[in-house]
Amino acid sequence: MIRFEPRGPVAVSRMVAVPVIAAVAALILAAVPMLFAGLSIFEAYGLMAKGAFGSMFAFTEMLTRATPLILTGLAAAVAFRAKLWNIGAEGQLYAGALAAVAVGTGFLSGPSYILIPAVVLAGALAGGLVMLGPTLLKTKLGVDEVVTTLLLNFIILLFVQMMLEGPMKDPMGMGWPQSEPILDEAALPKLMARMRIHWGLVMALVASLGVYFLLKRTVWGFEIRAVGENAAAARHAGIPVTATFIRVGLLSGALAGLAGVGEVAGLKGYLTADLSPGFGYSGIVVAMLAGLSPIGVVFAALFIASIFVGADSMSRATGVSNYLADLIVAMALLCVLVSGLFLRFKIRFVGTASTKEAAE
Amino acid sequence: MALPPGDAPLVLKLDGITKRFGALTANGDVTLELKQGEILALLGENGAGKTTLMNILFGHYVADEGKVLVAREGQGLSDLEPGSPHAALEAGIGMVHQHFTLAENLSALDNILLGTEPLSALKSARAPARQKLTDLMDRSGLSVNLDTRVSQLSVGEKQRIEILKALYRDARVLVLDEPTAVLTPQESETLFATLKKLSAEGLGIIFISHKLAEVIASSHRVAVLRGGRKVADLPTEGCDQRQLAELMVGHEITETVREPGQAGEHLFVMNGVSVGQGREALHDIYLDLKSGEILGIAGVSGNGQAMLARLISGLETPAKGTMTLENLNLDHANARTMIDIGLARIPEDRHHDGIVGAMSVSENLAIESIRKPENQRYGLLRFAAMRERARRLIKAYDIRCQSEDSPARLLSGGNIQKIVLARTLETEPKVVLAAQPSRGLDVGATSDVHKRLLAARERGAGVILISEDLDELMRLSDRIAVIHRGHLSGAEPTETLDRGTLGLRMAGHAGKDAA
Repeated sequence: MIRFEPRGPVAVSRMVAVPVIAAVAALILAAVPMLFAGLSIFEAYGLMAKGAFGSMFAFTEMLTRATPLILTGLAAAVAFRAKLWNIGAEGQLYAGALAAVAVGTGFLSGPSYILIPAVVLAGALAGGLVMLGPTLLKTKLGVDEVVTTLLLNFIILLFVQMMLEGPMKDPMGMGWPQSEPILDEAALPKLMARMRIHWGLVMALVASLGVYFLLKRTVWGFEIRAVGENAAAARHAGIPVTATFIRVGLLSGALAGLAGVGEVAGLKGYLTADLSPGFGYSGIVVAMLAGLSPIGVVFAALFIASIFVGADSMSRATGVSNYLADLIVAMALLCVLVSGLFLRFKIRFVGTASTKEAAE
Repeated sequence: MALPPGDAPLVLKLDGITKRFGALTANGDVTLELKQGEILALLGENGAGKTTLMNILFGHYVADEGKVLVAREGQGLSDLEPGSPHAALEAGIGMVHQHFTLAENLSALDNILLGTEPLSALKSARAPARQKLTDLMDRSGLSVNLDTRVSQLSVGEKQRIEILKALYRDARVLVLDEPTAVLTPQESETLFATLKKLSAEGLGIIFISHKLAEVIASSHRVAVLRGGRKVADLPTEGCDQRQLAELMVGHEITETVREPGQAGEHLFVMNGVSVGQGREALHDIYLDLKSGEILGIAGVSGNGQAMLARLISGLETPAKGTMTLENLNLDHANARTMIDIGLARIPEDRHHDGIVGAMSVSENLAIESIRKPENQRYGLLRFAAMRERARRLIKAYDIRCQSEDSPARLLSGGNIQKIVLARTLETEPKVVLAAQPSRGLDVGATSDVHKRLLAARERGAGVILISEDLDELMRLSDRIAVIHRGHLSGAEPTETLDRGTLGLRMAGHAGKDAA
């Protein structure tokens, strides 16, 4: 028989150890289907590691992939801290990308130091505004934000498709549904020559530090934590609960919007409807894996990104589907959720006298 | 109280129970015996190990040493499988927890049947169950409408369901954890009358308490725990309150006394306030609090006290009528306004509304004033100042915690209440609203709360004391008003009132016409 006994305060070392153990456990579990696919485990993981870390190109590719994940991960983490369940980072990412393209393809002209901030701001604002609706509906009418934010994803994606087929379609695009390219002055500069890695990564890292500072050191952060941990007590203590939710919603949406800005203005250069392979949803996994810690989000995003990039590379070498990456990521999430149990409870295995007797 | 026959067989024995949590010994070698038809009071302060002991008995915890023996139907004592609530239920042990374990969205009947029927049964056997429960209710006097949703029932009714749940499962030992902590005097009396009836039919009963009066009035035997050890086990007959209190606390105690005071100016006035609908509605409330007085609000639980507290706390605004503090209109005030104008609020449910459990003691002490310059500058928190203030308050209010950085949820109920008292009273508010301030607290913590309220009155604050404990109200209040079904009677000087009159008014007989 298994018994659960609640634990007292959780040590920091344990909070760090749990996601690491979960990640390792996910890799071990994922080895089982790899064996069935006829792969040698060490060779396969070796190929994955090489694909993510084996060369400067591989490494920068992995960092490029981690960039949007850090931002969507932060979007989820900051919202979940306040118990505002924003599942709509995917839609907010597209809204951010759409706004960035709208501003960056000729709406404004000028030097980089004006255009880049304008594009970034437009993206953040668009993402934030998308999240404003669900937040207001939640605070004023009690509408469940899980439903509204999730469904908004599809509405926004369809809206983007409509814009790309219509008013924003690139006349020079040979009929493909894609936007005009972003002006060179509005694009985020590359970090290294001949690599795809761009300033979006710096933006993501700064955002992570910023969110950490906000939550830890500021009055707003204090209020976010209080509302998230016990909204009733926060309201009773005079904390403006509605305003806090709105702030968190705007911030969360803006962070997801920035992920979209990075992808169009840093990486692709133009907007298509397949800009994101689910970065918004993976952001939720990143946030959970990080235990909602804004610094942890960076490491979790690096882990998830290396799995994705590594699995792509391994799949090219071995012919095994790169869906394996999704499998590992899903396993990691499940392992983290299970290990949350170990954080909160002491697990004891008890052999009871009477059950033994009954067996005899 | 009549004792059960001396030769009644034992139904339960806890033998040398020891339970440690880390360095803390919650129970040290505790031995307890319970006879058939006996009512045993388990007395002790918060943290004395009463609840831990009962949780071991019921299988929520496993004892590190010692064992539980229980007499099964028609047999002698035998070992109870440790760590299994299921085994405890099988053996006829029923437990009524302090915090009820009912599914709010199900009916009373569903709650009682929950877990008693096999999964394989296609249809729930309602009719026989209903019959058995009706019989039980007739015999025990526990009456509940079986078809009402639990969420619509009062606390007293919920407790009756919990007891019925145990009896329905043929409990032969009933354990109640602080059963009167949430009840009114009348409800408590009814409860104990029921328990006596049940014990006369052979049920062994253990009730946990720290209220001396009820222990003396309603138990055959009393066991006193202090610091996890049993310090006394004696027949209740011949015990007096002082003796038990000193056994429980471990030293002599002094009672708080209210010195005659001088009420001053009109301070806080509610004029014809109505709000809400249904059970919790308030109708046409007139309330007039003067400075330097404690105004007690008596009433049976669920007659609108919660709504009154919410109104004064700024969590609800009047639909009709006006509220003023020193001529300042408060009709649209929120919690923030109330704090800023000097109205301190001590919430009824301190765990739910009083503290953010995951945040530290120091953060909880600062939460009401987090935007004040002493706690922040340019929106940045001033940790050093917050910590320093916390250390000062921890000392001044004797808050027992490891440090100002430990999460508030790790503190005991009494210490959590001290956090609330410290942060609200420290700013020297003009008005103090204390809603059930001593509910669930032990003797020491209660007397601390009382002293703080009297001190606030002493320095000229007006105190509104909402309580269901008549002793507390009569000891502290200068005037007492009674709330019944959302109507508040006029307040009268405590000296002109007695328990009987108040009891009648609480039941809604007379006194309603006063204004």
